[in-house]
Amino acid sequence: MNSQKAAVSELDLHAYVDGRLSEKRRAEVEAYLTASAQESERVRAYQEQNEILHTLFDSVLDEPIPPKWRSSRRHWSFPLRPVAAASVCIIVGGLLGWALRGEYAGRSAKRVDFARQAAMAHAVYTPEVRHPVEVSAQQEEHLIGWLSKRLGAPLKAPHLLDLGYELVGGRLLPGDQGPVAQFMYQDKNGQRLTLYIKTDASTERETAFRFSQEGTVGVFYWIDRQLSYALSGELRKTELLQVADAIYKKLNP
Amino acid sequence: MGNDEHIATHIPQLRRYARALTGDYSAAEDLVQDTLERAWKRIGLWRLGSDLRAWLFTIMHNLHVNQLKADSRQQGQPPEQATLDLSVRPTQEDRLELRDLNKALRRLSNEQREVLLLVGLEQMSYEEVAKVLGIPIGTVMSRLSRGRDQLRAMMEGSSAAPQLKVIK
Repeated sequence: MNSQKAAVSELDLHAYVDGRLSEKRRAEVEAYLTASAQESERVRAYQEQNEILHTLFDSVLDEPIPPKWRSSRRHWSFPLRPVAAASVCIIVGGLLGWALRGEYAGRSAKRVDFARQAAMAHAVYTPEVRHPVEVSAQQEEHLIGWLSKRLGAPLKAPHLLDLGYELVGGRLLPGDQGPVAQFMYQDKNGQRLTLYIKTDASTERETAFRFSQEGTVGVFYWIDRQLSYALSGELRKTELLQVADAIYKKLNP
Repeated sequence: MGNDEHIATHIPQLRRYARALTGDYSAAEDLVQDTLERAWKRIGLWRLGSDLRAWLFTIMHNLHVNQLKADSRQQGQPPEQATLDLSVRPTQEDRLELRDLNKALRRLSNEQREVLLLVGLEQMSYEEVAKVLGIPIGTVMSRLSRGRDQLRAMMEGSSAAPQLKVIK
């Protein structure tokens, strides 16, 4: 036993734990461990450490990768960190306010502004890793109830799982005429879509889908009864239309 | 595949390592973000065909160490707790909760934690770890050995102080 013990080094034991030994050497180490309960207990503890590390952290591997991490070229013109994002909100809000000054903005201009605001909210919140939404989809009932109450209209967050998008949750945002709801969806690659909804006081009850490209964000928007919807995403126009169409149909079964 | 896509294939591992290394969600996400930004900027310095994973982990290691230094300067503390305070031990003797290992991990020195995670979690060879951290392989082994012993001691609450072993 002593000769065996001398033959197996500390390095061998670690290499054994980490599966770095040749088959022959592994057998020798195993023989040594069988003979020493103390050493075998130590090795078992090391193996367990590795296992616990995997149990603790392997789930990170499955987290969806934020789109901003996929490519340096798609570098966001919108900042990535919350504080910076907040300051952009303020700056953009100021600019929007300036642009919207006066009463001459006609109906079509208002529509375009709606698309732009939706795109802005999309761009500000979708890069958020930790707080993409205020209320998560786990509390869906509460989320819908709360946003419906704040907007004063019954809202629905259509399920888009058949299109590969899962509801992440939603948040309440300020719009130029009152509160606005934003629902966020995400596919398995981390691609996010947002559905921006506000109540519409205009006389129009229904419109066709309209499209607006706001930087890298495409927006389909429409009015359906008393609500205006805008679906934003960085998808191809045809793909985005497909989702917009599915949402419209789900809301009008 | 372009360089960005090559880099992107390593994101899940970089993220897992950052999370385990910092023990903090936002700090880890920021570390990944900084690593990617530096990698995108310096991808021209990476030699095609050489180990991209090792290159990315080296970037992350350097950024993390710089961050620790900056933090300690701010707080006026030494960069790393050199010795482990073994007087604070978990009292429970039974099987360890996952949480305990996570806690114990935080009490290792950053140097030991890095080696332990690169080997045990990222399953790098000892040679790769030496390359990533820019240290001799003997140092990798001694940090690994001490780190594992200390973790074990903390988790089992064993009364025996971790032994230092000579690496051949």
